[in-house]
Amino acid sequence: MNEPGPEDPSTVPGSPDRLYILTGGQARAGKKAELDLVTLIVSRTETDPGLQPEHAAIVRMCDYPLSVAEISAYLELPVSTLTLLLTELLTRNQVEARPPVPAAALPDVQLLEAVMNGLQRL
Amino acid sequence: MDCNGSDVRGLDIHAGPRSEDVLPASATAAVKVVIVGGFGVGKTTLVGAVSEIRPLTTEETMTQAGVGVDDLAGIEHKTETTVAMDFGRISINEQLVLYLFGTPGQERFWFLWNGLFEGALGAVVLLDTRRLEVSYDVIGQLEERGVPFVVGVNRFPESPSYPMAQLRAAMDLDEAVPMVECDARDRASCRDILLTLMRYLYTLTTVSPEHQ
Repeated sequence: MNEPGPEDPSTVPGSPDRLYILTGGQARAGKKAELDLVTLIVSRTETDPGLQPEHAAIVRMCDYPLSVAEISAYLELPVSTLTLLLTELLTRNQVEARPPVPAAALPDVQLLEAVMNGLQRL
Repeated sequence: MDCNGSDVRGLDIHAGPRSEDVLPASATAAVKVVIVGGFGVGKTTLVGAVSEIRPLTTEETMTQAGVGVDDLAGIEHKTETTVAMDFGRISINEQLVLYLFGTPGQERFWFLWNGLFEGALGAVVLLDTRRLEVSYDVIGQLEERGVPFVVGVNRFPESPSYPMAQLRAAMDLDEAVPMVECDARDRASCRDILLTLMRYLYTLTTVSPEHQ
């Protein structure tokens, strides 16, 4: 499908050149979604043929919730690059972001009890 | 396992979790705990011992001014480094997911990784008794950032065996901070150190903060 060949590297999905072009403009404009490594991403739409391959891969993968860290691992993309791709998908309402439990100064007791119960079952 | 021909260079458009690694649609929020410790101290082993998924690797590109990178005095340049970090996952219940992140090997990147410690419930410091100075520095940094932590002493057969009290003194560690022995290869032992962290957070939350 995407055999690396003598073609222009900026057309190879996932290649650094291409990702630079895809995300470079936004990186400079500095509008990045507030995403944590453990923000859960869930698709809101089916993939459609009009999507860039990178976006399509994310939308397909996030059929069920996945953390930013997991998407980054599966796509082998740096977190900051992925954040830019996710920002675009969020802006277009193609995915939703479920933010982490806000850790205030200190986490709340119910949260800690839930985690302890969960760990005890391991 | 999954060997559907991901090519290294390009994007694998079919990449994604194995069906058994999929979270339920009801997963609404996640929390994270960071495992801190020097190279080879057992962070990845610990993550792997308790994770429900095969540990994954995420990466970030760090831009650093090249200070101290080489000796070409007066020549300032920036270096881009890709830093990798292993992580695992534990589903706490149908809604809540806990992620465990092992810090990258080189300690100078631990606090440069944006968002690694922000919002974390706390940290587990895996003490490397062969390189106490690394742990000493990181404990100082965690204290400075207000990240609560517990200390696990992963015993290696070849590592010097100090009594806990002596380690605590050497680390200049507050009496209130739990310090326990652990075996990073053992699931129950790793679970217990995470429970120790949660109980410690619990006491911090429920006890009045005057004792700071």
